[in-house]
Amino acid sequence: MGKKTPDPGPPLARGALPWLLLVALATIAPHADHLPPWLSLLAAGLLAGRLWLWHGQRRLPARWLLVLLVVGGSAGIAAEYRTLFGRDAGVALLVLFMALKPMELRTQRDALVILMLGYFLLLTHYFYSESIPTGLWLLAAATLLTATLVRLHGGPQPLARSARLGGLLLAQALPFMLILFLLFPRIAGPLWGLPQDAHAGQSGLSDRMAPGTLSELIQSGNIAFRVQFAGAIPEKSELYWRGPVFDDYDGLTWRAGNRAARAGSRPQIEASGRRFDYVSTLEAHNQRWLLALDLPLTLPPDARLSATFESLTREPVQKRVRLAFTSAPDFRANVVETQALLENALRLPPDVNPRARTLAAEWRVLPPEKIADSALALFRREAFFYTLRPPLLGPHAMDEFLFDTRHGFCEHYASAFVFLMRAAGVPARVVAGYQGGELNPIDGFLTVRQSDAHAWAEIWIAGRGWLRIDPTAAVAPSRIERGIAAALPQGEALPVFARLDADWLRAMRNRWEAVDNAWNQWVLGYNPQRQKEVLAQLGMANPDWRSMTTLLAILCAAALALVTAWTLYRRPPGDPAQRAWQRFCRRLGRLGVRRAAWEGPADFANRVARERPEWGPLASEAAQHYAALRYGKGTPDNLERLRACAARLPLRWRQQT
Amino acid sequence: MPLSREPSPIADVLAAANEVILGKETQIRQAMACLLARGHLLIEDLPGVGKTTLAHTLARLLGLQFSRIQFTSDMLPADIVGISIFDRTNSAFNFLPGPIFSQLVLADEINRATPKTQSALLEAMEERQVSSDGQTRPLPEPFFVIATQNPSYQIGTFPLPESQLDRFLLRIELGYPDRAAERALLEGGGRRQQLPALAARLAPEQIPALQERAAAVHVAPALLDYVQALVEATRNSPDFTHGLSPRAALALLAAARAWAFIDGRDMVLPEDVQAVLPGVACHRLRHAHSGALARPADIAALAHGVAIP
Repeated sequence: MGKKTPDPGPPLARGALPWLLLVALATIAPHADHLPPWLSLLAAGLLAGRLWLWHGQRRLPARWLLVLLVVGGSAGIAAEYRTLFGRDAGVALLVLFMALKPMELRTQRDALVILMLGYFLLLTHYFYSESIPTGLWLLAAATLLTATLVRLHGGPQPLARSARLGGLLLAQALPFMLILFLLFPRIAGPLWGLPQDAHAGQSGLSDRMAPGTLSELIQSGNIAFRVQFAGAIPEKSELYWRGPVFDDYDGLTWRAGNRAARAGSRPQIEASGRRFDYVSTLEAHNQRWLLALDLPLTLPPDARLSATFESLTREPVQKRVRLAFTSAPDFRANVVETQALLENALRLPPDVNPRARTLAAEWRVLPPEKIADSALALFRREAFFYTLRPPLLGPHAMDEFLFDTRHGFCEHYASAFVFLMRAAGVPARVVAGYQGGELNPIDGFLTVRQSDAHAWAEIWIAGRGWLRIDPTAAVAPSRIERGIAAALPQGEALPVFARLDADWLRAMRNRWEAVDNAWNQWVLGYNPQRQKEVLAQLGMANPDWRSMTTLLAILCAAALALVTAWTLYRRPPGDPAQRAWQRFCRRLGRLGVRRAAWEGPADFANRVARERPEWGPLASEAAQHYAALRYGKGTPDNLERLRACAARLPLRWRQQT
Repeated sequence: MPLSREPSPIADVLAAANEVILGKETQIRQAMACLLARGHLLIEDLPGVGKTTLAHTLARLLGLQFSRIQFTSDMLPADIVGISIFDRTNSAFNFLPGPIFSQLVLADEINRATPKTQSALLEAMEERQVSSDGQTRPLPEPFFVIATQNPSYQIGTFPLPESQLDRFLLRIELGYPDRAAERALLEGGGRRQQLPALAARLAPEQIPALQERAAAVHVAPALLDYVQALVEATRNSPDFTHGLSPRAALALLAAARAWAFIDGRDMVLPEDVQAVLPGVACHRLRHAHSGALARPADIAALAHGVAIP
């Protein structure tokens, strides 16, 4: 730009600027959720500043200042993200440019740059969220962008007109969108390879557990997964969804066991009695475990059962997946277990928790079942409290918890129990996962949230295999029977939704989640498999890409023909003059003077002058232009003025009575 | 009326006529429109409401050569068109033109004459020429007939058949004057006394030019749509025995053009068509049940059922 550019193009109409600022705001605003605060503030400040410059008709800032801002902003982003590439830094740069561009907005061409950048910036929101609200926001923003584009080329016009035209343009794209959505060959995995940072910060269980891990997670109302049972639903107390199994303890943190110890072991499950078939829709959590119901008998393809009965995929789950399982709640697991694994399940860090060790040592003479009973009895007998906000613990964490503080959350109880078991010579381990879930009566899906995160214990007894023991149930039985909200004392922080008492609010949430789930199942979960199913229903089993492309082309052509036919059919009768006149009369009708179908323009203008004298002159003027256009030898000037007359009438949506 | 670009070209005439004939602006306009559209006018009303005065006034104001034919039941066609008399000196027939050889002919009480005489007049109106003894003689230009007719239910009349009524571009009724107009009439004495004092506002030579300008008023396709819609409505209406003929549609258009021209407008609006529609349609449509001619109110109702396209 500058002197070398021969022709900067036509200058921008003054009225267009607030629209472009609105476009910038609409496309930037949702990013504020994950941008560094300084950048959000900078963007807001730049847009507000531009509005102020516009309002006072002040001069735009000098070029060197803009260059300084670009360099400074980019440096800030580089410092923030340690890179200028990748999803987050890239989006941040785009936001910076979008906020800065209005500062040199002088010509029509600059405005087009903003609009194109806006369309692009809209797409980037899908990197962060694919939810319904995001979709609705982006739809509204796309309409705004298109309407602004219409205004940019069509000159000043009533708001309703450009909004309608913009919406219409988008609506005409709808059939193509649907066809492409349904038929465009699907690729497993995200269409664009996203850089590594894309999946950071997804909530869910982690591969280690320290005091506080779960109680933090539990504050989140996010959905972990949804389950649809094919038949009956197990009892609530049987709903243990198995996540990572921890068997290494360093005195503070539990970790998944070392591979060598697990290597020789194979899962052997003897299930008896009931079977439950279900399909789980698992949200992305960037980990490998699939959170099957204890214990899974059949797994989805690509998944395997680990030695500790975790169902695992090869790759971390980075997008929502649908998984089919069969589980049996009554089982005997690994009655025969490898020595290495059992030894690992007895290992304790030396020199910690001497009081617990002493207590456990007293139990060593008892049979394993009795040892477990003794530990549970301890929890029951003494004044243990189930709370989300346990006091901080020192180096001998289990000692402090068991004998002093006695306030803890499921992770405290599970790890204390496992510690006692190991100290008493019973192989034991901690299992993390989710417990319970909420049945949505609207669509029959069971929703399991992060707030249902739970930790329990497993002990191995010769001849019986691994047994699940939930020490939390001993302290707060209602946690298992009725859910987290019932178990926690009033006043402890929980996501609002987990503690809903009002029935209508719960019903509303259920309804919303049913919609959201349908969206997940059918829109976001529309993967190659589903596409195959849909195509099979259309009579195309196993189509190759050629036939798919042919079908795509045929359908797109048909949609194009349909849209064309529709627009031709829908084109209002008569010429533009008549449409403008009809609009004028419609508006006057809403103001109280309705033109009869047989009433000519002059008669109508006369009647307006009689009945609503304040609109008389305007009606007379409009009638004159209309008569010239429709019955005389009107000029385009008449049309402009007729439209201007219509625009000068106040807009009322309802008829005055 | 609004939407006029320029003042009416015959504003003078109208103003002067309105001074003589009180409270009949619309009828005077209609008469003028009829003249400008090269049509002929039929005034149907009771005796004594000013039919003859209207005709006289127009003749005076326009400077037209005027003759009046009082129709009676014993009248013969020759009494209208003229007669050839053998001239002994020249040994040839000499044509003595009848009263129809005049620029403005007032045919008073036309329905008193026998159909034969009536048709002689109507043929002359239509052809604008008179044929007698194998010779065709053109009528003067402009040629404008104002026929008056007493309501046909009066005794001793020969009502005009539809085919003859169709020759009149417009048919109007004068009606009783309103109260103020009648009071002014009573105070000022009969109007006919004023007539000799009236000065011509136009020269007869100007009238063909005005007629040409009236015929040139722009008619847009949208207006033709409307005219056709109206005509079709009369044809489809169950209220009338038959609809308007194509000739009637032409008459409607011509009258509407003249009406717009009187307004000083260079285009015809639907309002113009609506204004002249009763005058054009009333004597051309008959009620399906009673067989009586349509009333202006019927025509207005019909027009209100037709949306302007």
